[in-house]
Amino acid sequence: MVDPVLASRLQFALTTIVHIIFPVVSMGLAPFLVYFTYKDIRSDDPVYEQLRRFWTKIFAVSFVVGTVTGIVLEFEFGTNFAAFSAFAGELFGGPLAIEGMMAFMLEATFLGVFVFGRERVGDKLYFVSSVAVGLGTWLSAVWILVANSWMQTPRGYELAREGGQTIVHLSDPIAAYANPRFPWMFVHMQNAAVESVALLMSGIAAYYVFRHHVWGYPVEHPRFWQKTLKIALVVLLITAPFQVIHGDAYGRHVAETQPQKFAAMEAVWETDSYVPEYIVAFPTSVDQLLDPRAKELFGIGIPGGASWLASGGDPNAEIRGLNSFETEAPPVAIVFWAFRAMVGLGFWFVLLAFWAGYRWRTGDLYEDGLLHKALMGSSLLGILAVELGWIVTEVGRQPWVVQGVLKTSEGVSPGLTGSEATLTLAGFAAVYLGLLSLYTYVITRIVRAGPPGGDELRTPEPRDATDGAEVAVDD
Amino acid sequence: MTEPFLAGGPLFGLPLPELWFALLFAILGTFLFLDGFDFGAGVLFGLREGDEDRETILAAIGPFWDGNEVWLVVFGGALFAAFPTVYAALFSRHYLLMFAILGALILRGLAPEMYEQRHDDAWQRWWGRSFVAGSALSPFLLGAFVGNWVAGAGRSLTLSGVVVGATVVALAVVSGVAFLRVKARGALREEIRTYGEGAVVAYLVGVVASLGVLSLAADRVADAVATLPVLALVVASVALAAGYVAALRADRDHLALAASAAMTYGLVAVVALLLYPGIDPAGGHTVDSAIISTLPLNLMSVGAAILLPLVASYFVVLYSAFSGPAEPTEGY
Ligand code: HDD
Ligand code: HEM
Ligand code: HEM
Repeated sequence: MVDPVLASRLQFALTTIVHIIFPVVSMGLAPFLVYFTYKDIRSDDPVYEQLRRFWTKIFAVSFVVGTVTGIVLEFEFGTNFAAFSAFAGELFGGPLAIEGMMAFMLEATFLGVFVFGRERVGDKLYFVSSVAVGLGTWLSAVWILVANSWMQTPRGYELAREGGQTIVHLSDPIAAYANPRFPWMFVHMQNAAVESVALLMSGIAAYYVFRHHVWGYPVEHPRFWQKTLKIALVVLLITAPFQVIHGDAYGRHVAETQPQKFAAMEAVWETDSYVPEYIVAFPTSVDQLLDPRAKELFGIGIPGGASWLASGGDPNAEIRGLNSFETEAPPVAIVFWAFRAMVGLGFWFVLLAFWAGYRWRTGDLYEDGLLHKALMGSSLLGILAVELGWIVTEVGRQPWVVQGVLKTSEGVSPGLTGSEATLTLAGFAAVYLGLLSLYTYVITRIVRAGPPGGDELRTPEPRDATDGAEVAVDD
Repeated sequence: MTEPFLAGGPLFGLPLPELWFALLFAILGTFLFLDGFDFGAGVLFGLREGDEDRETILAAIGPFWDGNEVWLVVFGGALFAAFPTVYAALFSRHYLLMFAILGALILRGLAPEMYEQRHDDAWQRWWGRSFVAGSALSPFLLGAFVGNWVAGAGRSLTLSGVVVGATVVALAVVSGVAFLRVKARGALREEIRTYGEGAVVAYLVGVVASLGVLSLAADRVADAVATLPVLALVVASVALAAGYVAALRADRDHLALAASAAMTYGLVAVVALLLYPGIDPAGGHTVDSAIISTLPLNLMSVGAAILLPLVASYFVVLYSAFSGPAEPTEGY
């Protein structure tokens, strides 16, 4: 039996880490689907109908799983974090309610039209429904990130005592909801979602292109997969460098607003200037395995790098160390390694995008087997990077649930027993394992089956595209 | 700038706490009616054997259920936003029940999507059963939650909860039958009528039994039951039930659906009346003590006043795009 605070934290971590996968897929797919729908309506090329229908199937499944796992999270604020909800509800509940009315409603109703209604509504309304669905997913992110960013950089509130409890009163809605963290978070998150989906698409497409062009197997609809690959790569070429450039500036914002988190990201214990940016850091004894950059350590670092990052160009800048804070440090090892892994992946995606772009220019995009293998291997890494980024954000904020205002341990439901919390935690571990396997299984089946073709389409495919092996590799 | 206007006092001097209390139950009622007919359709799915009937049932609810279920999310959000202490107290008090509800909703949400993914017997048998179980358990457990809430129960499992839960399942079948009769043709449409008639009788018995056990559970409820508005609503439900049966027999299916909607809102109104002026009897919270402060309340009111009419318009678009009978081959 686990202590209710720990069990609640583990349960929230598990359930959000699973939930975020599906919003990433649906938010990232949204702009693609709007584009495919537009082209499907406007052009005679049946490949756009195939693109729209194939990726809509994946969107629909992800949406359903996103819905069922999202409701869990909303409930958990009440069930497991009742003290936090009562304390911050006046500020925190509003965005969630608005999210439901403004975003989820838009998305869920128009999704019905978008998935089932191609034959039932006109082109115009059909296109509008694709935009409404996409807008709905992005507005969901707006409001949930408004809520989360307030927890990172709280403003616009007053503390008051009511009925023997301290609670938060909203005093300045503009300061609270348009708080400084929000634009950083929103841009970084949405670009990450689109980048992750571009990686997913190019990985799947690379599998078929590889089989077809490198191994020479006949593949159904090769033109569909080539088109998918190219569209995904264009998007990757834009989003991957942007994510790294934006992330760098974002890091400085975190250093200014949450110095304790930044110190954990860099594992700086003592306040110092000219702090190196460690790329890897190994403790010299096993006891310190979970304690990167403890006293005795072997590391490879860029001199002055961390100071340079935090200040935006000054290698001599001072960084406040973890020991200078009154509260205990967050789990440094998790934050430190998760941050490094995210950044490493960010650079890898840039490399991958440039490599593919170079091959495209030299004209052998379809023939470079190694590139295809790299794309296939990276198809899920975007989602992994998103998870790591959230771990940095949320674990790095500990021990606070609302930075500097309320501790996580004070936010857990007072009446909750260890056995209840452990029971539901175990239940979620089992159910979510099943859910993820099922999702993977269904997506794999959809990918195996490939896009609809032939008579299923409204405009028939050109002959050269259906007969497999003989395909002109142009466009 | 906006400060004096929004923080000075309730917007236009309106009784906002009471209005939010009413809005909350209006949202709950909308959820119970809309998702109620999905749940009811799910239960009927279990009573029909043929493939074609089952496909028709799935096609009928396919485009709608997601939008319908969001009303539950909005109910949670509105309760959280307007009465955060009540949200926290209720959800943590009925900890295991809340997770049971989530489990049932997960099963109910996934099953139809999965059912359509593969067309072999074993797969469809398993997901068909999950669909039926999720569809029956979701209204039952949600009803149990409401029963516990009204009774002021400190535990997840109570007699009041079980009786109210069963009543809500019956109501879901009542709406489900009316909805499927609008959507289906042929034998399916003809044969489900008797289920509707049985369910509406069960529902009336359930309402009386619920009021009985709730009155025994708390004197406060017993006093509230004996008031005119509650008694009037009970009498109205009996009249609506008679109207529902008559409409089914006269093949006026839309009318029957409207009657089931009215019954659902009536039930939710009874729940609100049994609680008021309290909102969480077990925690001793009243509407006026649990409401958030003026500024956020005004903001939320403006937000809801703008957004809810928009939401209604989305539902109009959705339901008119898919009006008329559903084909078994359509959807998913
Ligand atoms: C494809 C995914 C992805 C990639 C490649 C990157 N990130 Fe990231 N990062 C995220 C996805 C992400 C995220 C999951 O979306 C987070 C979590 C919260 C947020 O706003 O974005 C995040 C958070 C996050 C934070 C923490 C913010 C906080 O504590 O609130 C920082 C400082 C960075 N990122 C910086 C970077 C840098 C310097 C990168 C590359 C060089 C980088 N990110 C690549
Ligand atoms: C979907 C992406 C997200 C992921 C992957 C994520 C991850 C996590 C993790 C790992 C924890 C546990 C931290 C710890 O206890 O050490 C946590 C805690 C928490 N997060 Fe998030 N989070 C996400 C988004 C959000 C959002 C959008 C909100 C608020 C609107 C939020 C609110 C919370 C709260 C209240 C806790 C519990 C208290 C705490 O442990 O700090 N999270 N999250
Ligand atoms: C930890 C806090 C979170 C909570 C409480 C939460 C809550 C919810 C709820 C209740 C739903 C279901 C809505 C429906 O019925 O349609 C949902 C779905 C969704 N959530 Fe979350 N969510 C959280 C984190 C996030 C984050 C961080 C993002 C993205 C930035 C996100 C984006 C979405 C999207 C786009 C959907 C629509 C379903 C889908 O497309 O998969 N959520 N969420």
